[in-house]
Amino acid sequence: MEQKEVLFGKTLDELKVVVKEMGLPGFSAGQIADWLYKKKAGSIEEMSNLSKKARAQLSERFDMGLTPSSKVQTSADGTKKYLFPAHKNLFVEAAYIPEEDRKTLCVSSQVGCKMGCLFCMTGKQGFQSQLTAGEIINQVRSIDESDLLTNVVYMGMGEPMDNIEEVLKSLQILTSDWGFAWSPRRINVSTIGVVPAMRRFIEESEAHLAISMHSPFDEERKKLMPIQQVYTIEQVIETLRDYDFGRQRRISFEYIMFDGINDTAAHVKGISKLLNGLRCRINLIKFHPIPDSPLRGTPHERMVWFSEQLNKKGLVTTIRRSRGEDIYAACGLLSTKTLVKKDEQQDY
Amino acid sequence: MSQPVRRKKEVFPTKVLSNTEITPGVFSIEVERLHDFIPGQVVAAAINTSDPLRLYSIASGKEQPFLRLLYDVKPGGLLTPQMARLQKGDTLYVSAPFGRFTKAPDDAWWIATGTGIAPFLSMAESGQTQGPTLLQGARYLTQFYYADFFKTAFGERYLRFCTAEEHPEVIHGRLTNYLKESDAVQAGRKYYLCGNANMVVDVRDLLLERGVPFENIVAEIYF
Ligand SMILES: Cc1cc2nc3c(=O)[nH]c(=O)nc-3n(C[C@H](O)[C@H](O)[C@H](O)COP(=O)(O)OP(=O)(O)OC[C@H]3O[C@@H](n4cnc5c(N)ncnc54)[C@H](O)[C@@H]3O)c2cc1C
Ligand code: SF4
Repeated sequence: MEQKEVLFGKTLDELKVVVKEMGLPGFSAGQIADWLYKKKAGSIEEMSNLSKKARAQLSERFDMGLTPSSKVQTSADGTKKYLFPAHKNLFVEAAYIPEEDRKTLCVSSQVGCKMGCLFCMTGKQGFQSQLTAGEIINQVRSIDESDLLTNVVYMGMGEPMDNIEEVLKSLQILTSDWGFAWSPRRINVSTIGVVPAMRRFIEESEAHLAISMHSPFDEERKKLMPIQQVYTIEQVIETLRDYDFGRQRRISFEYIMFDGINDTAAHVKGISKLLNGLRCRINLIKFHPIPDSPLRGTPHERMVWFSEQLNKKGLVTTIRRSRGEDIYAACGLLSTKTLVKKDEQQDY
Repeated sequence: MSQPVRRKKEVFPTKVLSNTEITPGVFSIEVERLHDFIPGQVVAAAINTSDPLRLYSIASGKEQPFLRLLYDVKPGGLLTPQMARLQKGDTLYVSAPFGRFTKAPDDAWWIATGTGIAPFLSMAESGQTQGPTLLQGARYLTQFYYADFFKTAFGERYLRFCTAEEHPEVIHGRLTNYLKESDAVQAGRKYYLCGNANMVVDVRDLLLERGVPFENIVAEIYF
Protein backbone atom coordinates (compact mmCIF):
# COMPACT_ATOMS: atom_id res chain seq x y z
CA MET A 1 0.00 0.00 0.00
CA GLU A 2 1.27 3.45 -0.86
CA GLN A 3 2.21 5.47 2.21
CA LYS A 4 0.14 8.54 2.81
CA GLU A 5 1.70 11.97 3.20
CA VAL A 6 1.68 13.41 6.69
CA LEU A 7 0.14 16.67 7.85
CA PHE A 8 2.14 17.21 11.02
CA GLY A 9 5.24 19.19 10.10
CA LYS A 10 3.67 21.18 7.26
CA THR A 11 4.06 24.93 7.35
CA LEU A 12 1.11 27.27 6.79
CA ASP A 13 2.29 27.92 3.24
CA GLU A 14 2.41 24.21 2.54
CA LEU A 15 -1.05 23.76 4.03
CA LYS A 16 -2.34 26.54 1.77
CA VAL A 17 -1.13 24.56 -1.22
CA VAL A 18 -2.81 21.43 0.14
CA VAL A 19 -6.20 23.09 0.63
CA LYS A 20 -6.00 24.73 -2.77
CA GLU A 21 -5.26 21.40 -4.43
CA MET A 22 -8.21 19.85 -2.63
CA GLY A 23 -10.59 22.67 -3.54
CA LEU A 24 -11.13 23.66 0.12
CA PRO A 25 -11.59 27.30 1.14
CA GLY A 26 -8.30 29.18 1.67
CA PHE A 27 -8.96 29.84 5.37
CA SER A 28 -9.06 26.12 6.13
CA ALA A 29 -5.23 26.09 5.94
CA GLY A 30 -5.15 28.26 9.08
CA GLN A 31 -7.76 26.06 10.72
CA ILE A 32 -5.71 22.92 10.05
CA ALA A 33 -2.56 24.58 11.38
CA ASP A 34 -4.52 25.51 14.49
CA TRP A 35 -5.58 21.91 15.06
CA LEU A 36 -2.10 20.57 14.39
CA TYR A 37 -0.03 22.94 16.46
CA LYS A 38 -2.30 24.74 18.96
CA LYS A 39 -5.28 22.58 19.72
CA LYS A 40 -3.13 19.47 19.47
CA ALA A 41 -5.63 17.32 17.68
CA GLY A 42 -4.78 13.62 17.71
CA SER A 43 -6.56 12.86 14.46
CA ILE A 44 -7.98 14.52 11.37
CA GLU A 45 -11.44 13.50 12.60
CA GLU A 46 -11.04 15.86 15.59
CA MET A 47 -10.74 18.92 13.32
CA SER A 48 -14.40 19.74 13.97
CA ASN A 49 -14.57 23.12 12.28
CA LEU A 50 -13.74 21.51 8.93
CA SER A 51 -16.66 20.03 7.06
CA LYS A 52 -17.15 16.29 7.24
CA LYS A 53 -16.40 16.11 3.54
CA ALA A 54 -13.17 18.08 3.97
CA ARG A 55 -12.06 15.77 6.76
CA ALA A 56 -12.83 12.72 4.63
CA GLN A 57 -10.88 14.24 1.74
CA LEU A 58 -7.93 15.01 3.99
CA SER A 59 -7.95 11.54 5.54
CA GLU A 60 -7.88 9.96 2.13
CA ARG A 61 -4.58 11.63 1.29
CA PHE A 62 -2.95 12.27 4.64
CA ASP A 63 -2.04 10.71 7.96
CA MET A 64 -1.61 12.98 10.96
CA GLY A 65 2.04 11.95 11.26
CA LEU A 66 2.17 11.86 15.05
CA THR A 67 4.36 9.10 16.42
CA PRO A 68 4.28 8.06 20.08
CA SER A 69 7.55 7.20 21.76
CA SER A 70 8.41 3.52 21.77
CA LYS A 71 10.38 3.53 25.01
CA VAL A 72 10.99 5.83 27.96
CA GLN A 73 13.77 5.60 30.52
CA THR A 74 13.81 7.74 33.62
CA SER A 75 17.03 8.71 35.33
CA ALA A 76 17.52 9.01 39.08
CA ASP A 77 17.54 12.82 38.75
CA GLY A 78 14.25 12.97 36.83
CA THR A 79 15.75 13.26 33.37
CA LYS A 80 13.79 11.16 30.91
CA LYS A 81 15.01 9.68 27.69
CA TYR A 82 12.38 9.06 25.03
CA LEU A 83 13.01 6.87 22.02
CA PHE A 84 11.03 7.62 18.88
CA PRO A 85 10.83 5.25 15.96
CA ALA A 86 12.29 6.66 12.76
CA HIS A 87 13.38 5.44 9.35
CA LYS A 88 13.93 1.66 8.77
CA ASN A 89 13.53 0.29 12.29
CA LEU A 90 15.88 2.86 13.72
CA PHE A 91 15.08 5.35 16.41
CA VAL A 92 16.07 8.76 17.64
CA GLU A 93 16.21 10.09 21.16
CA ALA A 94 14.84 13.11 22.92
CA ALA A 95 15.86 13.93 26.49
CA TYR A 96 13.50 15.73 28.85
CA ILE A 97 15.45 17.62 31.50
CA PRO A 98 13.39 19.09 34.34
CA GLU A 99 14.97 21.81 36.46
CA GLU A 100 13.43 24.12 39.01
CA ASP A 101 13.06 27.11 36.76
CA ARG A 102 12.86 25.46 33.36
CA LYS A 103 11.86 22.27 31.64
CA THR A 104 13.98 21.57 28.61
CA LEU A 105 13.65 19.07 25.81
CA CYS A 106 16.76 18.12 23.88
CA VAL A 107 15.70 17.00 20.39
CA SER A 108 17.40 15.07 17.62
CA SER A 109 17.65 16.39 14.09
CA GLN A 110 19.04 13.35 12.24
CA VAL A 111 19.22 9.59 12.67
CA GLY A 112 22.92 9.10 13.25
CA CYS A 113 25.35 11.75 12.10
CA LYS A 114 27.97 12.22 9.37
CA MET A 115 30.34 14.40 11.32
CA GLY A 116 32.33 11.70 13.09
CA CYS A 117 33.35 13.62 16.22
CA LEU A 118 35.71 11.45 18.21
CA PHE A 119 33.90 11.80 21.53
CA CYS A 120 30.36 11.17 20.32
CA MET A 121 28.18 8.08 20.49
CA THR A 122 25.89 9.31 17.72
CA GLY A 123 28.94 9.79 15.51
CA LYS A 124 29.81 6.13 16.06
CA GLN A 125 26.60 5.11 14.34
CA GLY A 126 27.50 6.89 11.15
CA PHE A 127 24.68 8.51 9.25
CA GLN A 128 21.35 6.79 8.76
CA SER A 129 18.86 9.36 7.61
CA GLN A 130 17.49 12.88 7.90
CA LEU A 131 14.52 13.67 10.10
CA THR A 132 11.68 15.66 8.58
CA ALA A 133 10.44 18.83 10.28
CA GLY A 134 7.41 16.78 11.39
CA GLU A 135 9.63 14.15 13.00
CA ILE A 136 11.59 16.85 14.82
CA ILE A 137 8.48 18.62 16.12
CA ASN A 138 6.87 15.28 16.95
CA GLN A 139 9.44 14.92 19.72
CA VAL A 140 8.20 18.17 21.27
CA ARG A 141 4.58 17.25 20.82
CA SER A 142 4.59 13.58 21.79
CA ILE A 143 6.36 13.50 25.15
CA ASP A 144 4.24 13.29 28.30
CA GLU A 145 5.54 16.66 29.48
CA SER A 146 4.88 18.51 26.22
CA ASP A 147 2.69 21.13 27.92
CA LEU A 148 5.27 21.77 30.64
CA LEU A 149 8.15 22.56 28.30
CA THR A 150 9.79 25.96 28.59
CA ASN A 151 12.79 25.36 26.32
CA VAL A 152 13.88 23.26 23.38
CA VAL A 153 17.49 22.64 22.49
CA TYR A 154 18.62 21.02 19.23
CA MET A 155 21.49 19.14 20.81
CA GLY A 156 20.43 15.53 20.45
CA MET A 157 21.44 13.15 17.71
CA GLY A 158 22.72 14.72 14.52
CA GLU A 159 24.15 17.99 13.32
CA PRO A 160 21.24 20.39 12.80
CA MET A 161 23.08 22.36 10.11
CA ASP A 162 23.47 19.20 8.05
CA ASN A 163 19.67 19.06 7.83
CA ILE A 164 19.16 22.78 7.58
CA GLU A 165 15.99 22.83 5.44
CA GLU A 166 14.02 20.64 7.82
CA VAL A 167 15.49 22.27 10.92
CA LEU A 168 14.52 25.75 9.67
CA LYS A 169 11.05 24.47 8.87
CA SER A 170 10.70 22.97 12.34
CA LEU A 171 11.81 26.29 13.87
CA GLN A 172 9.26 28.12 11.75
CA ILE A 173 6.51 25.86 13.06
CA LEU A 174 7.65 26.25 16.66
CA THR A 175 7.89 30.05 16.51
CA SER A 176 5.17 31.22 14.09
CA ASP A 177 1.89 32.68 15.29
CA TRP A 178 0.04 29.99 13.35
CA GLY A 179 2.29 27.30 14.90
CA PHE A 180 3.34 26.73 18.49
CA ALA A 181 3.93 30.49 18.79
CA TRP A 182 6.98 30.06 21.02
CA SER A 183 9.48 32.84 21.39
CA PRO A 184 12.67 31.95 19.48
CA ARG A 185 14.49 32.88 22.69
CA ARG A 186 13.27 29.63 24.18
CA ILE A 187 15.11 27.65 21.54
CA ASN A 188 18.80 26.93 21.23
CA VAL A 189 20.30 25.22 18.19
CA SER A 190 23.74 23.71 18.33
CA THR A 191 26.29 23.26 15.58
CA ILE A 192 29.85 22.13 15.18
CA GLY A 193 30.20 24.96 12.65
CA VAL A 194 29.08 23.97 9.17
CA VAL A 195 29.59 27.52 7.97
CA PRO A 196 27.30 27.89 4.91
CA ALA A 197 24.30 26.35 6.68
CA MET A 198 25.12 28.24 9.87
CA ARG A 199 24.86 31.49 7.87
CA ARG A 200 21.40 30.48 6.69
CA PHE A 201 20.38 29.66 10.23
CA ILE A 202 21.61 33.01 11.51
CA GLU A 203 19.81 34.88 8.75
CA GLU A 204 16.56 32.93 8.65
CA SER A 205 15.94 32.20 12.33
CA GLU A 206 16.02 34.16 15.56
CA ALA A 207 16.81 31.22 17.84
CA HIS A 208 19.93 31.13 19.98
CA LEU A 209 23.05 29.48 18.62
CA ALA A 210 25.43 27.17 20.49
CA ILE A 211 28.73 26.32 18.83
CA SER A 212 30.73 23.26 19.79
CA MET A 213 34.29 24.43 20.13
CA HIS A 214 36.05 21.79 22.26
CA SER A 215 39.47 23.14 21.31
CA PRO A 216 40.78 26.51 20.14
CA PHE A 217 43.73 24.87 18.40
CA ASP A 218 43.63 23.75 14.80
CA GLU A 219 45.69 20.57 15.02
CA GLU A 220 43.93 19.36 18.15
CA ARG A 221 40.41 20.22 17.00
CA LYS A 222 41.08 18.41 13.71
CA LYS A 223 41.63 15.18 15.62
CA LEU A 224 38.57 15.65 17.80
CA MET A 225 36.26 16.97 15.09
CA PRO A 226 36.93 16.24 11.40
CA ILE A 227 34.80 19.28 10.41
CA GLN A 228 37.84 21.38 11.31
CA GLN A 229 39.47 20.14 8.07
CA VAL A 230 37.07 22.25 6.05
CA TYR A 231 35.47 24.84 8.34
CA THR A 232 37.87 25.90 11.04
CA ILE A 233 36.73 27.31 14.36
CA GLU A 234 38.45 30.57 13.37
CA GLN A 235 36.25 30.75 10.27
CA VAL A 236 33.17 29.98 12.33
CA ILE A 237 33.96 32.85 14.66
CA GLU A 238 34.84 35.18 11.80
CA THR A 239 31.45 34.37 10.31
CA LEU A 240 29.74 35.27 13.59
CA ARG A 241 31.51 38.61 13.57
CA ASP A 242 29.73 39.43 10.29
CA TYR A 243 26.43 39.70 12.13
CA ASP A 244 24.83 41.89 14.72
CA PHE A 245 22.99 39.58 17.06
CA GLY A 246 21.38 42.31 19.12
CA ARG A 247 21.09 42.01 22.86
CA GLN A 248 18.46 39.32 23.01
CA ARG A 249 19.92 36.64 20.82
CA ARG A 250 22.53 34.51 22.52
CA ILE A 251 25.69 32.97 21.13
CA SER A 252 27.33 30.37 23.30
CA PHE A 253 30.23 28.01 22.95
CA GLU A 254 30.07 24.44 24.21
CA TYR A 255 33.32 23.08 25.50
CA ILE A 256 33.47 19.42 26.54
CA MET A 257 36.44 18.98 28.84
CA PHE A 258 38.85 16.12 28.19
CA ASP A 259 41.33 15.30 30.89
CA GLY A 260 44.86 16.39 30.04
CA ILE A 261 43.87 17.32 26.51
CA ASN A 262 41.97 20.57 26.23
CA ASP A 263 42.06 21.78 29.83
CA THR A 264 45.40 23.60 30.12
CA ALA A 265 46.42 27.23 30.62
CA ALA A 266 47.34 27.37 26.93
CA HIS A 267 43.74 26.52 26.11
CA VAL A 268 42.46 29.33 28.31
CA LYS A 269 44.70 31.70 26.39
CA GLY A 270 43.73 30.21 23.04
CA ILE A 271 40.01 30.53 23.77
CA SER A 272 40.25 34.10 24.97
CA LYS A 273 42.25 35.11 21.91
CA LEU A 274 39.76 33.44 19.60
CA LEU A 275 36.69 35.01 21.22
CA ASN A 276 38.23 38.41 21.75
CA GLY A 277 35.45 41.02 21.75
CA LEU A 278 32.67 38.61 20.80
CA ARG A 279 29.61 38.85 23.05
CA CYS A 280 29.09 35.25 24.06
CA ARG A 281 29.21 32.80 26.90
CA ILE A 282 31.05 29.53 27.34
CA ASN A 283 29.53 26.36 28.75
CA LEU A 284 32.02 23.89 30.12
CA ILE A 285 30.67 20.37 29.97
CA LYS A 286 31.83 17.34 31.85
CA PHE A 287 32.67 14.45 29.55
CA HIS A 288 31.32 11.04 30.45
CA PRO A 289 33.48 8.49 28.69
CA ILE A 290 31.73 6.54 26.00
CA PRO A 291 32.62 2.88 25.46
CA ASP A 292 36.07 2.34 23.91
CA SER A 293 36.90 6.03 23.96
CA PRO A 294 40.51 7.15 24.44
CA LEU A 295 39.20 10.29 26.16
CA ARG A 296 38.50 10.86 29.86
CA GLY A 297 36.60 13.67 31.51
CA THR A 298 38.47 16.49 33.28
CA PRO A 299 38.04 16.26 37.08
CA HIS A 300 35.59 18.74 38.58
CA GLU A 301 38.22 20.79 40.46
CA ARG A 302 40.15 21.31 37.26
CA MET A 303 36.97 22.40 35.50
CA VAL A 304 36.37 24.95 38.24
CA TRP A 305 39.93 26.23 37.81
CA PHE A 306 39.50 26.42 34.05
CA SER A 307 36.25 28.30 34.45
CA GLU A 308 37.86 30.79 36.85
CA GLN A 309 40.73 31.40 34.45
CA LEU A 310 38.31 32.14 31.63
CA ASN A 311 36.25 34.40 33.90
CA LYS A 312 39.41 36.30 34.73
CA LYS A 313 39.88 36.91 31.03
CA GLY A 314 36.41 38.47 30.98
CA LEU A 315 34.64 35.47 29.46
CA VAL A 316 31.29 34.53 30.98
CA THR A 317 31.69 30.87 31.75
CA THR A 318 29.44 28.31 33.37
CA ILE A 319 29.95 24.69 34.23
CA ARG A 320 26.96 22.81 32.92
CA ARG A 321 25.50 20.41 35.35
CA SER A 322 25.32 17.02 33.80
CA ARG A 323 21.99 15.35 33.92
CA GLY A 324 20.77 11.86 33.23
CA GLU A 325 24.21 10.31 33.25
CA ASP A 326 22.84 6.90 34.06
CA ILE A 327 20.78 6.80 30.90
CA TYR A 328 23.29 8.51 28.63
CA ALA A 329 21.07 11.52 28.18
CA ALA A 330 23.67 14.25 28.39
CA CYS A 331 22.93 16.54 25.47
CA GLY A 332 25.24 16.12 22.54
CA LEU A 333 26.12 12.71 23.85
CA LEU A 334 22.83 10.96 23.41
CA SER A 335 23.29 7.41 22.42
CA THR A 336 21.23 4.56 21.24
CA LYS A 337 23.91 2.28 22.65
CA THR A 338 23.05 -0.53 20.28
CA LEU A 339 24.82 0.27 17.08
CA VAL A 340 23.10 -0.71 13.90
CA LYS A 341 24.79 -2.46 11.06
CA LYS A 342 25.21 -0.28 8.06
CA ASP A 343 24.74 -1.14 4.45
CA GLU A 344 27.83 0.74 3.43
CA GLN A 345 30.04 -1.58 5.47
CA GLN A 346 30.21 -3.82 2.42
CA ASP A 347 32.29 -1.09 0.78
CA TYR A 348 35.27 -1.53 3.02
CA MET B 1 19.41 41.37 11.76
CA SER B 2 21.98 43.31 9.81
CA GLN B 3 22.89 42.06 6.38
CA PRO B 4 25.92 39.81 6.20
CA VAL B 5 29.12 41.00 4.63
CA ARG B 6 29.75 37.82 2.65
CA ARG B 7 26.98 35.32 2.29
CA LYS B 8 28.69 32.64 0.30
CA LYS B 9 32.13 31.60 -0.78
CA GLU B 10 33.14 33.33 -4.00
CA VAL B 11 33.10 31.06 -7.04
CA PHE B 12 34.75 31.55 -10.42
CA PRO B 13 33.65 30.27 -13.83
CA THR B 14 35.87 27.60 -15.35
CA LYS B 15 35.57 25.79 -18.66
CA VAL B 16 35.11 22.04 -18.64
CA LEU B 17 37.97 20.32 -20.49
CA SER B 18 36.60 16.78 -20.13
CA ASN B 19 34.01 14.88 -18.10
CA THR B 20 34.48 11.13 -18.26
CA GLU B 21 32.44 8.34 -16.68
CA ILE B 22 35.27 6.19 -15.38
CA THR B 23 32.97 3.52 -13.99
CA PRO B 24 29.17 3.43 -13.93
CA GLY B 25 27.97 6.43 -11.94
CA VAL B 26 31.44 7.80 -11.17
CA PHE B 27 32.94 10.67 -13.13
CA SER B 28 36.27 12.38 -13.41
CA ILE B 29 35.83 15.98 -14.49
CA GLU B 30 38.74 18.18 -15.55
CA VAL B 31 38.31 21.94 -15.72
CA GLU B 32 40.61 24.88 -16.36
CA ARG B 33 42.78 25.45 -13.37
CA LEU B 34 42.55 28.93 -11.83
CA HIS B 35 44.42 28.66 -8.54
CA ASP B 36 47.37 27.04 -6.85
CA PHE B 37 46.52 24.59 -4.09
CA ILE B 38 47.99 22.22 -1.56
CA PRO B 39 47.24 18.55 -2.28
CA GLY B 40 44.46 17.44 0.05
CA GLN B 41 42.48 20.66 -0.32
CA VAL B 42 38.92 20.93 -1.59
CA VAL B 43 36.96 23.33 -3.76
CA ALA B 44 33.31 24.31 -3.51
CA ALA B 45 31.44 23.88 -6.78
CA ALA B 46 28.13 24.74 -8.44
CA ILE B 47 26.60 24.94 -11.88
CA ASN B 48 24.04 27.58 -10.92
CA THR B 49 25.63 30.20 -8.71
CA SER B 50 22.38 30.67 -6.79
CA ASP B 51 22.45 27.04 -5.59
CA PRO B 52 24.16 25.96 -2.39
CA LEU B 53 27.74 24.92 -3.06
CA ARG B 54 29.01 21.35 -2.77
CA LEU B 55 32.54 20.41 -1.76
CA TYR B 56 34.94 18.21 -3.75
CA SER B 57 38.48 17.13 -3.02
CA ILE B 58 40.93 18.12 -5.69
CA ALA B 59 42.09 14.94 -7.43
CA SER B 60 44.86 16.34 -9.66
CA GLY B 61 48.48 17.14 -9.01
CA LYS B 62 49.69 20.59 -8.08
CA GLU B 63 51.75 20.87 -11.27
CA GLN B 64 49.08 19.55 -13.59
CA PRO B 65 47.58 22.19 -15.88
CA PHE B 66 43.96 21.29 -15.09
CA LEU B 67 41.87 20.84 -11.95
CA ARG B 68 40.37 17.38 -11.62
CA LEU B 69 37.49 16.31 -9.40
CA LEU B 70 36.23 12.79 -8.88
CA TYR B 71 32.55 12.48 -8.08
CA ASP B 72 29.81 9.91 -7.87
CA VAL B 73 26.34 10.77 -9.03
CA LYS B 74 23.86 10.87 -6.18
CA PRO B 75 20.42 10.11 -7.60
CA GLY B 76 18.08 12.93 -6.66
CA GLY B 77 21.04 15.11 -5.66
CA LEU B 78 21.17 18.78 -6.51
CA LEU B 79 24.54 19.02 -8.22
CA THR B 80 26.00 15.68 -9.27
CA PRO B 81 23.22 14.58 -11.71
CA GLN B 82 23.62 17.94 -13.49
CA MET B 83 27.39 17.79 -13.28
CA ALA B 84 27.33 14.40 -15.05
CA ARG B 85 25.72 16.10 -18.06
CA LEU B 86 28.41 18.76 -18.45
CA GLN B 87 30.37 18.63 -21.69
CA LYS B 88 33.61 20.07 -22.94
CA GLY B 89 33.28 23.87 -23.13
CA ASP B 90 30.46 24.09 -20.53
CA THR B 91 30.95 26.14 -17.38
CA LEU B 92 31.43 24.89 -13.84
CA TYR B 93 31.83 27.39 -11.01
CA VAL B 94 34.54 26.58 -8.48
CA SER B 95 35.86 28.38 -5.43
CA ALA B 96 39.48 28.96 -4.53
CA PRO B 97 40.92 25.85 -2.88
CA PHE B 98 40.68 25.55 0.90
CA GLY B 99 40.83 22.93 3.65
CA ARG B 100 43.48 21.39 5.84
CA PHE B 101 43.61 17.71 5.05
CA THR B 102 47.12 18.32 3.90
CA LYS B 103 50.73 17.63 4.69
CA ALA B 104 50.52 13.89 5.30
CA PRO B 105 54.02 12.81 6.29
CA ASP B 106 55.88 10.41 4.02
CA ASP B 107 55.49 7.36 6.23
CA ALA B 108 51.73 7.84 6.64
CA TRP B 109 49.11 5.27 5.77
CA TRP B 110 46.42 6.61 3.50
CA ILE B 111 43.07 4.86 3.85
CA ALA B 112 40.18 5.49 1.48
CA THR B 113 36.88 4.23 0.14
CA GLY B 114 34.96 5.42 -2.89
CA THR B 115 35.78 8.88 -4.15
CA GLY B 116 37.66 9.38 -0.88
CA ILE B 117 40.68 8.37 -2.94
CA ALA B 118 40.67 11.86 -4.52
CA PRO B 119 42.96 13.74 -2.10
CA PHE B 120 45.44 10.86 -2.17
CA LEU B 121 45.43 10.91 -5.95
CA SER B 122 46.27 14.62 -5.72
CA MET B 123 49.10 13.98 -3.27
CA ALA B 124 50.49 11.15 -5.40
CA GLU B 125 50.12 13.10 -8.66
CA SER B 126 52.04 15.89 -6.92
CA GLY B 127 54.97 13.56 -6.44
CA GLN B 128 54.37 12.11 -2.97
CA THR B 129 54.75 8.45 -3.88
CA GLN B 130 57.92 7.27 -2.19
CA GLY B 131 56.83 6.73 1.40
CA PRO B 132 53.10 6.36 1.95
CA THR B 133 51.11 3.15 1.90
CA LEU B 134 47.68 3.36 0.32
CA LEU B 135 44.88 1.09 1.54
CA GLN B 136 41.65 1.19 -0.37
CA GLY B 137 38.41 -0.66 0.26
CA ALA B 138 35.64 -1.28 -2.27
CA ARG B 139 32.74 -3.57 -2.94
CA TYR B 140 33.55 -4.08 -6.64
CA LEU B 141 36.79 -4.14 -8.59
CA THR B 142 35.71 -1.25 -10.82
CA GLN B 143 35.66 1.00 -7.75
CA PHE B 144 39.45 1.11 -7.49
CA TYR B 145 39.66 4.30 -9.48
CA TYR B 146 43.02 5.12 -11.07
CA ALA B 147 44.33 1.70 -10.04
CA ASP B 148 46.85 1.59 -12.90
CA PHE B 149 48.38 4.85 -11.79
CA PHE B 150 48.60 3.76 -8.16
CA LYS B 151 50.00 0.34 -9.08
CA THR B 152 52.84 1.98 -10.95
CA ALA B 153 53.42 4.69 -8.37
CA PHE B 154 53.12 2.63 -5.17
CA GLY B 155 53.83 -0.96 -6.17
CA GLU B 156 53.67 -3.14 -3.06
CA ARG B 157 52.48 -0.23 -0.98
CA TYR B 158 49.12 -0.16 -2.77
CA LEU B 159 46.77 -2.54 -0.98
CA ARG B 160 43.28 -3.07 -2.34
CA PHE B 161 40.52 -4.84 -0.45
CA CYS B 162 37.45 -5.99 -2.30
CA THR B 163 34.47 -7.44 -0.45
CA ALA B 164 32.36 -8.77 -3.34
CA GLU B 165 34.76 -9.81 -6.11
CA GLU B 166 38.08 -11.61 -6.44
CA HIS B 167 41.18 -10.71 -8.42
CA PRO B 168 44.78 -11.95 -8.13
CA GLU B 169 46.14 -8.47 -7.37
CA VAL B 170 43.46 -7.60 -4.84
CA ILE B 171 42.90 -8.89 -1.33
CA HIS B 172 39.48 -10.52 -1.10
CA GLY B 173 37.92 -9.35 2.13
CA ARG B 174 37.47 -6.35 4.26
CA LEU B 175 39.91 -3.56 4.87
CA THR B 176 38.69 -3.48 8.46
CA ASN B 177 39.61 -7.14 8.98
CA TYR B 178 43.10 -6.42 7.76
CA LEU B 179 43.43 -3.50 10.16
CA LYS B 180 42.17 -5.71 12.99
CA GLU B 181 44.82 -8.34 12.40
CA SER B 182 47.82 -6.96 10.57
CA ASP B 183 51.15 -6.64 12.40
CA ALA B 184 51.94 -3.74 10.12
CA VAL B 185 49.56 -1.48 12.07
CA GLN B 186 51.89 0.62 14.20
CA ALA B 187 50.93 3.13 16.84
CA GLY B 188 53.64 5.61 15.96
CA ARG B 189 52.71 6.48 12.42
CA LYS B 190 50.07 8.83 11.05
CA TYR B 191 46.88 7.54 9.48
CA TYR B 192 45.05 9.71 6.97
CA LEU B 193 41.45 8.61 6.39
CA CYS B 194 39.13 9.91 3.71
CA GLY B 195 35.63 8.91 2.63
CA ASN B 196 32.17 8.55 4.08
CA ALA B 197 31.49 8.91 7.79
CA ASN B 198 30.77 5.24 8.38
CA MET B 199 34.16 4.13 7.06
CA VAL B 200 36.04 6.85 8.86
CA VAL B 201 34.38 6.09 12.19
CA ASP B 202 34.80 2.31 11.89
CA VAL B 203 38.44 2.53 10.82
CA ARG B 204 39.25 5.09 13.49
CA ASP B 205 37.71 2.86 16.17
CA LEU B 206 39.76 -0.07 14.93
CA LEU B 207 42.99 1.90 14.92
CA LEU B 208 42.27 3.14 18.44
CA GLU B 209 41.65 -0.45 19.51
CA ARG B 210 45.00 -1.38 18.00
CA GLY B 211 46.66 1.20 20.25
CA VAL B 212 47.07 4.05 17.79
CA PRO B 213 46.69 7.29 19.75
CA PHE B 214 43.91 9.51 18.44
CA GLU B 215 46.44 12.26 17.75
CA ASN B 216 47.84 10.10 14.95
CA ILE B 217 44.53 9.77 13.12
CA VAL B 218 43.51 12.52 10.73
CA ALA B 219 40.18 12.19 8.95
CA GLU B 220 38.34 13.98 6.20
CA ILE B 221 34.67 13.08 6.00
CA TYR B 222 32.51 13.56 2.92
CA PHE B 223 29.44 14.61 4.84
C1 LIG C 1 35.08 17.97 2.63
C2 LIG C 1 34.22 17.27 1.60
C3 LIG C 1 34.80 16.77 0.45
C4 LIG C 1 34.03 16.11 -0.48
N1 LIG C 1 34.63 15.58 -1.58
C5 LIG C 1 33.93 14.86 -2.47
C6 LIG C 1 34.56 14.25 -3.59
O1 LIG C 1 35.76 14.40 -3.82
N2 LIG C 1 33.79 13.50 -4.44
C7 LIG C 1 32.45 13.31 -4.22
O2 LIG C 1 31.80 12.61 -5.02
N3 LIG C 1 31.83 13.89 -3.16
C8 LIG C 1 32.53 14.66 -2.29
N4 LIG C 1 31.88 15.24 -1.22
C9 LIG C 1 30.41 15.16 -1.15
C10 LIG C 1 29.82 16.30 -2.03
O3 LIG C 1 30.12 17.54 -1.44
C11 LIG C 1 28.30 16.24 -2.16
O4 LIG C 1 27.71 16.12 -0.91
C12 LIG C 1 27.82 15.10 -3.04
O5 LIG C 1 28.46 15.15 -4.30
C13 LIG C 1 26.31 15.15 -3.26
O6 LIG C 1 25.95 16.37 -3.83
P1 LIG C 1 24.58 16.53 -4.64
O7 LIG C 1 24.28 18.00 -4.72
O8 LIG C 1 24.62 15.80 -5.92
O9 LIG C 1 23.52 15.78 -3.74
P2 LIG C 1 22.64 16.36 -2.53
O10 LIG C 1 21.64 17.34 -3.06
O11 LIG C 1 23.53 16.81 -1.46
O12 LIG C 1 21.91 15.04 -2.08
C14 LIG C 1 22.66 13.88 -1.68
C15 LIG C 1 21.73 12.69 -1.57
O13 LIG C 1 20.86 12.88 -0.48
C16 LIG C 1 19.53 12.83 -0.91
N5 LIG C 1 18.84 13.90 -0.16
C17 LIG C 1 18.97 15.24 -0.31
N6 LIG C 1 18.23 15.88 0.61
C18 LIG C 1 17.61 14.94 1.35
C19 LIG C 1 16.72 14.95 2.46
N7 LIG C 1 16.30 16.07 3.02
N8 LIG C 1 16.31 13.77 2.98
C20 LIG C 1 16.71 12.61 2.46
N9 LIG C 1 17.56 12.53 1.41
C21 LIG C 1 17.99 13.67 0.87
C22 LIG C 1 19.53 13.05 -2.41
O14 LIG C 1 18.47 12.41 -3.07
C23 LIG C 1 20.86 12.46 -2.78
O15 LIG C 1 20.77 11.07 -3.00
C24 LIG C 1 32.64 15.94 -0.28
C25 LIG C 1 32.05 16.47 0.87
C26 LIG C 1 32.83 17.13 1.79
C27 LIG C 1 32.19 17.68 3.03
S1 SF4 D 1 28.92 15.70 18.36
FE1 SF4 D 1 27.19 16.31 17.11
S2 SF4 D 1 28.09 16.73 15.09
FE2 SF4 D 1 29.61 15.55 16.22
S3 SF4 D 1 29.20 13.43 15.63
FE3 SF4 D 1 28.03 13.83 17.50
S4 SF4 D 1 26.01 14.42 16.82
FE4 SF4 D 1 27.39 14.60 15.06
